[in-house]
Amino acid sequence: MIRVTRLALVGALLPLTLAACGPTEEPAPASDGGTADTAESGAESDGTLTLYSGRNEELVQPVLDDFTSETGIEVEIRYADTAAMAAQLLEEGENSPADAFLAQDAGALGAVSAEGLLQDLPQETLDLVPDTYESADGTWVGLTGRSRVLAYNTQAVSEDELPASVQELTGPEWTGRVGVAPTNASFQSFVTAMRVLEGEDAAATWLADLAANDPQIREKNGEIVADVDSGAIDAGLVNHYYLYELAAEKGVAPEELDVALHFFPGGDTGALVNISGMGLVGEQADGDAQALVDYLLSEAGQTYFVEQTSEYPMIEGLEGPAGLPALKDLETPDIDLNDLEDLQTTISMITEAGLL
Amino acid sequence: MALAATAVALLPLGYLLLRTAEGGLASWWETVATERVARLTATSLSLAVVVTVACLVIGVGSAWLVTRSNTPGRAPLAVLLALPLAVPSYVAAFTWVSVSDLWSGDPSARFEGFGAAALVLTLYTYPYVYLPVAAALARVDPSQEEVARSLGRGPWRTLLTVTLPQVRPAIAGGGLLAALYVLADFGAVSILRLDTFTRAIFTALSSGFNRSMALTLATVLVLLTLGILWGEGRTRRAGARFSTASVSRPATPLDLGPWRFVGTGALVVVVLTALGVPALSLARWMAAGSSAGQAWDRIGDAAWGSLSASLLGALLTVALALPVGLLAARHPGRLSALLERAAYLAHALPGVVVGLSLVFFGVTVALPLYQTTWLLALAYASLFLPLAVAAVASAAAQAPPSLEEAAQSLGSSPARVFTRVTLPLTLPGIGAGAALVFLTAMKELPATLLLRPTGMDTLATRLWSATGIGRYAEAAPYALLLVALAAVPTWVVVRRTGIVPAGSGAPRSDRSVPTATAPAPAEPVVSP
Repeated sequence: MIRVTRLALVGALLPLTLAACGPTEEPAPASDGGTADTAESGAESDGTLTLYSGRNEELVQPVLDDFTSETGIEVEIRYADTAAMAAQLLEEGENSPADAFLAQDAGALGAVSAEGLLQDLPQETLDLVPDTYESADGTWVGLTGRSRVLAYNTQAVSEDELPASVQELTGPEWTGRVGVAPTNASFQSFVTAMRVLEGEDAAATWLADLAANDPQIREKNGEIVADVDSGAIDAGLVNHYYLYELAAEKGVAPEELDVALHFFPGGDTGALVNISGMGLVGEQADGDAQALVDYLLSEAGQTYFVEQTSEYPMIEGLEGPAGLPALKDLETPDIDLNDLEDLQTTISMITEAGLL
Repeated sequence: MALAATAVALLPLGYLLLRTAEGGLASWWETVATERVARLTATSLSLAVVVTVACLVIGVGSAWLVTRSNTPGRAPLAVLLALPLAVPSYVAAFTWVSVSDLWSGDPSARFEGFGAAALVLTLYTYPYVYLPVAAALARVDPSQEEVARSLGRGPWRTLLTVTLPQVRPAIAGGGLLAALYVLADFGAVSILRLDTFTRAIFTALSSGFNRSMALTLATVLVLLTLGILWGEGRTRRAGARFSTASVSRPATPLDLGPWRFVGTGALVVVVLTALGVPALSLARWMAAGSSAGQAWDRIGDAAWGSLSASLLGALLTVALALPVGLLAARHPGRLSALLERAAYLAHALPGVVVGLSLVFFGVTVALPLYQTTWLLALAYASLFLPLAVAAVASAAAQAPPSLEEAAQSLGSSPARVFTRVTLPLTLPGIGAGAALVFLTAMKELPATLLLRPTGMDTLATRLWSATGIGRYAEAAPYALLLVALAAVPTWVVVRRTGIVPAGSGAPRSDRSVPTATAPAPAEPVVSP
């Protein structure tokens, strides 16, 4: 009720001040050492928080239910695409009913953060996660890691045929055989990484060569993995965990599928590890949203992701998903996720190559 | 009232102008004057033209066959022909791709591109033409045709020169709706990989969260819509025709001779391809996957969410459409034409743009309504107003104004004339419009995701959620229920509008007792 009244008041006043809507207010200075409960207004928990989730309900609802039974804090959840959710948050601005934003990739968190809509996270939270997997300004943290891989059909591709680098996929031996999802954020982040690591020209060349090599274009990673499993495509560039979702849907063990994962070696761009992550939206009236971040980064929360979504944990001391190489053993490219912000150039390059 | 309705329709447009004006004309022009935009324009327009022409052929042809000929099986077919409208384009396209994959071993021969998009969009859009034309044909007074026939005109010339001109407003309105639907569609073109404006708008939004690019592209879509509206307006210039009787009686079905079986065959082919392919795919998904059981726990909530939001949306839309439609039909003139046309402008905008504009409207102007079912219903009204306006206007155009004049001359107040004469005469059209809005709202996705109350599910959002991670078995029950629920209002409307003789399961009985089954639209058919 309090919230409704407050919102109504803002609603009545807002048209008057709309024109004055400039840059958002700076968030309160980050508490150095103070816990979330004492930060900001220091208000008591009201036992409820609103979460905007850009991750799929089937994947995250169970862990959110665990959080509620653990803490007694109810979570009101909106589900939509990460991109649509980011657009909605940007449109809502300071009037957003959201307390927290759970996103599928770093780019969306970066876009919302760039508009000043995310709060600074306390240092203890940031300390839990490697610097590579959090925002440079401390406004969001990674919750899970996902690696780019080449999913390949074990009947159609022999192990010695597997490429050492994504660069090889533009060669004649892969003509018509490689599935890609150019509209997908994970593909775009990977291309951005290629631009950062190897330069604009190299990335443009790779895209043009790929486009000329008759790639199999799909809308989603999941479609690529399913088509690789069925043999419609020989191989495809995807995130690693889609294979486990396919196995769950078909009700079989992952090894029984005709699709397997190839992790690119030697720090190749094709082995980029991206994150799903979370940021706190707007003024935090209480510590409820922070409690959710704490829970998702706790051993229980992280174990859920490892076991149920086959993603890599962000905190130390936890094993990665069974059957996969450990995160620290992956030969990932040397790149900071914060450097992947410039998506516009990437998109125009992908468009130019004729893949979008 | 009509102005209020227009304001609702223009909300998204105002938002677009506000947002693009922030960037300035120079940057707008820089974004728009590119080769890509030219290509998108060409693709979008060609697709709209091809699909609209195909929809007119299938829609008018099938409407005529089920209402005016002795084609066997036309009563069940009349209902089935409306059903493809209940299949969301994203479900349709996906099931077509997955069925075509069964046959095609060659991945490069994948079912995608212009032809695929045109085929799928036609099969699931033609009911926009079929429904209003069939309703109009069922109500048109057959006496003029009988006169024409008795004066020696052949059946085909009578059809072309007498019958079709009488239902021209319904044909033009239906064609316009189909064209605008194609411009706004995202589901089919994205799955079938055809780069249209809507897909480019979604891509700009979803990759890079580039709202200004997306909205700039949307303004071009508005310009295209204006062009289409202008073109359609020119075809209408000959003016509306009014039938002369107050209550029509069914026309005597034309005996097609042996050709009647060809007619049935053609209708069956349309129904089977449009409904059979999704049915086949959904059955396969149910059988193949392991996640189907998860749908049953939540399907009730989702169905309730769909029904309540769509019903509220349909009621609101019809309430807003009534004054616009009546004004356009009764007082044709520059102002009423302008108001009516304005209603169409938001219809060609993709749901996500309308959704975003109402997010903006919600948080800045109507915060207490934000993320309530009311704002969602308003979004449906904004998106689907033309569906109801077209239905009301074409029904009103056929109801003779002479009856209203007579009532007025006998001393009835305007309000009484409205409730006792105008409303009953236009009710079948209103019913058809309400059902169209109801059906379309049930399958709407992007705006629903943005605007629904937090925690509320609809069948479409659950379907989206399940397919998002490849749980097709779980998606299948939602898709099936969505189509099944949408089938109920379709059936009721088909009966009420007189496409199928009311109260009679046997289609031939209308020949023996032509007047006994005359529809008497005296009770409200707002929405089932």
